[in-house]
Amino acid sequence: MRFPSLEPHLEQQPQPGKIQLRDDPSFAATKMAAFQYIAVGVFLFLVTGFWELQIKSPEIYNERAERNRIKALPIVAPRGKILDRDGRVIVGNHSTWSLILSRENLRQEHLHEIADGLHLDYDDLVRKVGRYRNRPKYEPIIIKEELTPSDLAFVEAHRDPETFPEMELIESQRRLYPDNGILAHAIGYTGEISESELDIPEYAKYNQGQIIGKTGIEKEYNDTLMGIDGERQSVVDNRGKEREVLGIKEAKPGRNIQLTIDLDLQVVAELTLEGRRGAVVAINPQNGEILAMASRPSFDPNKFAVRIKGKDWTELTSDPGKPLVNRAIQAQWAPGSTFKPLVALAGLESGSVDQDTNFQCGGGATFFGHYYKCWGTHGTVSLHKGIVQSCDAYFYNVGNKAGIDNIAYYATQAGLGQKSGVDLPDEASGTVPSPEWKLRNFRQKWFAGETISVAIGQGALTVTPIQLARAIGGLAMGGVWHTPHLLISGTKTEKPHEWALNPENVRNVVDGMYGVVNEAGGTGVRAKIPGLDVCGKTGSAQTASNEYAKTHKDVKDNAWFVEYAPCHNPEVVIAVLWESAEHGMLSAPIARDVMAAWFDKKQRLAEAESARQKLNPATSLVSAILPTLKEPSQAAGNAGPPPAEGTH
Amino acid sequence: MFQFASIKDFDWTMFFVSMIICGLGVLQIFSATHDTVWQGSWWKQMVYIAAGILLMWIAANIDYHALMTQVYLLYISSILLLVAVLVIGKRAFGSTRWIALPAGIHLQVSEFAKIAIILLVARFLTELRTDVLELRDLLKLAGVILLPMALIAKEPDLGTALTYLPVLAIGIFLAGMPWKYWLAIGAVALLVVPVGFASLQGYQKARIVSFLDPERDPQGTGYQLIQSKIAVGAGGTWGKGVTKGSQTQLRFLPVPHTDFIFSAFAEEHGFIGVMLVLILYFVLLMQIVQNAQTAPDRAGMYICMGVGALLLFHILVNVGMVVGRMPVTGIPLPLMSYGGSSIWSTFLMLGLVNSVRVRRFVN
Repeated sequence: MRFPSLEPHLEQQPQPGKIQLRDDPSFAATKMAAFQYIAVGVFLFLVTGFWELQIKSPEIYNERAERNRIKALPIVAPRGKILDRDGRVIVGNHSTWSLILSRENLRQEHLHEIADGLHLDYDDLVRKVGRYRNRPKYEPIIIKEELTPSDLAFVEAHRDPETFPEMELIESQRRLYPDNGILAHAIGYTGEISESELDIPEYAKYNQGQIIGKTGIEKEYNDTLMGIDGERQSVVDNRGKEREVLGIKEAKPGRNIQLTIDLDLQVVAELTLEGRRGAVVAINPQNGEILAMASRPSFDPNKFAVRIKGKDWTELTSDPGKPLVNRAIQAQWAPGSTFKPLVALAGLESGSVDQDTNFQCGGGATFFGHYYKCWGTHGTVSLHKGIVQSCDAYFYNVGNKAGIDNIAYYATQAGLGQKSGVDLPDEASGTVPSPEWKLRNFRQKWFAGETISVAIGQGALTVTPIQLARAIGGLAMGGVWHTPHLLISGTKTEKPHEWALNPENVRNVVDGMYGVVNEAGGTGVRAKIPGLDVCGKTGSAQTASNEYAKTHKDVKDNAWFVEYAPCHNPEVVIAVLWESAEHGMLSAPIARDVMAAWFDKKQRLAEAESARQKLNPATSLVSAILPTLKEPSQAAGNAGPPPAEGTH
Repeated sequence: MFQFASIKDFDWTMFFVSMIICGLGVLQIFSATHDTVWQGSWWKQMVYIAAGILLMWIAANIDYHALMTQVYLLYISSILLLVAVLVIGKRAFGSTRWIALPAGIHLQVSEFAKIAIILLVARFLTELRTDVLELRDLLKLAGVILLPMALIAKEPDLGTALTYLPVLAIGIFLAGMPWKYWLAIGAVALLVVPVGFASLQGYQKARIVSFLDPERDPQGTGYQLIQSKIAVGAGGTWGKGVTKGSQTQLRFLPVPHTDFIFSAFAEEHGFIGVMLVLILYFVLLMQIVQNAQTAPDRAGMYICMGVGALLLFHILVNVGMVVGRMPVTGIPLPLMSYGGSSIWSTFLMLGLVNSVRVRRFVN
């Protein structure tokens, strides 16, 4: 199949058996030139590509190469420990592993499997990742702390580049709180800073993802307790394997803080309250140091230490016992008869009555046409007898004579109706009613009958346990009210509120309170401790009006007891609130056990010290300051059935 | 058929240029693998190159006319070997491209089949005596090229399969084709693209999508493109120096001694180094075109231009991929990328060009 050629020279040497190949290629010269131009075009196209990346904007790529290369992992600073007054650890830390997601390799579609693998809630995780949208990409997200061995196995098996390269492990510290909710309310708990907190100006210094104190001491002294996180910068390869450490900025651990709490006393207070709703506060009235602060029911702060599960949170917040409320500083109830020493003081100081003024108690008294009942029939009642037997009729008269203004004035001087200033967040202030108070808050006139109710610690009057302890402690001190505080040598060295009381008047009230515990017929004899001068006062406070209580049999009175010892120059003042226990005298054994624990320990320490000096001066104090705790007697067991006559 | 031509006639410019490119390739292979499991690659590459030079010498001394007579034999054995690859080939990285030979050598048949295709196109077009290509001839030619392409695409190795197209295209272009055919091809291509895209494998689609928008999926298929661009950009004007490129050394760059060798090179040698290599490649191509222009006959011209078009396509796709202007296709950069098959087939093609060159004064 050959065509006649136009080019004769091709025909010159036909070789049989060989294909006719000889041919002048010059016909395609233009096209070959065109190919050359195409090649030039291709090379220019490529050169511009390099020009753009290497000459025009190499910084962008250099930076990205650096970010590829250098990985900064946070070194979480451990929070400071919280110690008790003897230096024993109340709240410590232990190391755990946390999982962080590096957002530079984060892929949204991995989240589902990661959430599954770590037993996290998928929606929570997505929300969390979403919150970081506007943060720089190199900031990692801590998505789970306190990894369990199975979590760790999951992470180790899946953090390779092919599966979930975004997963990284870091070592971190986890808060370790005492078991059984001991001191839980005062200490509080920590948690990751929330979105809403980040909007508050005071929180501007914190960063997303940081763990901060949420309540209690953890919140109050957060800046001291919180350390400064460090950072480890290293060169990593594409598998995240560390090749070289560039630098380590060590974490600066938080500082430890020492509390005024005595752990031994605290444990006794917690145990005596076990199974009850209430609070115990023990304060040294000479300096305001809080020796114990218990509130029950309690909660386990360890559940918050990582991330509280939604179910646990709902359980805590919907519990009718309100376990999250720190009753020691937040329960505001009428103080009942525990208010009477202050009414007595108001009467004496204002000169309305003196220690010899007598009133008749025929089971009640009539004022302004109303008959006000007393809980018993006490006949002729003096100040001393009035306090010892807690005669309502006597105090109706004192209140009536002194007037609401005097009562409110002295109550306010003693620190009621205002926050005690304790170094804890969210303290309640209680209420001291007065005509001005009523006018301001309700735009109503004060009724004289209300004064009668306030005189026995009822009506609109409310106090918190810590206020009551502080008020009675300051009274016993002769008019020196220290600010209660938990930090042992902290910033709370404010001057106490001093107010010169007539020592004679103070002595009369104190004698009455001594009688409550130590005299026959006293309402608080159950608080008696042999060999120790204990003064106290019971209180059975109504929590609802008489009318309401009539139709609702389940409404029971709160049982209060406040006591201090020794009677002169007291070292400890204890306020006990037992909600719905009906009789104030039932709270007395609780206070007694705590008080006894304090003086037992003091005595043991003194004995151990003298023995040490006698036998071997070199023996350390350790054995002495770490006494084995005796199981305190259960107050409920001692209480028995209330006596027939009842006490107030 | 074996004629020893004069040493003087050999294309020494082309030889030295390709030696420099090979040398830079070896240096880069060393730098990219010096502390990895592939750390022996650089001297293996030197052995491949030495063998390649020998192959080039042999090819240069074979009269290409003699090869042309055997072209159908070459073509049929290529097809058989490609089928053999699919049947008994060695599977690696998700595709079956290699035939295992003794001594641990794995040959990539598709690299060598290129040579048969170049010769086949040359012979087919030389035998035509018309000024323009008739439709019947065009379809015949396209048919014989699409068969091996289909076999290679089945491996799957779409990138290498596509390298056969420029050989066909340059042949048709040089032989001359009525402009209405070009239009028709363009129209068909427009129709085929969406259909073809739909029939691609998942990873192939992903590669194209991520080429169009690499940041959309920075961890997946876009990863290689992004890391390559970062490496190139980080190189800047002067580069980071041999064994100093973090993208290369820390292996953020995928396969920095094979497909992405130029990316690693650009990181460590910068824009200056890139320009040098591109100029060398350009000189190499121009040498090949010049040999085509001085070829004694159409067959020689078609061979040279086929080789030139194929190399240009390799450079465009591989280097274009490195700067993010071409999708990731996984075809090597001739003379630089590590690998015996690629080195040998390239040297064989250069040998063919020399075979044409040394016979330019015959007649």
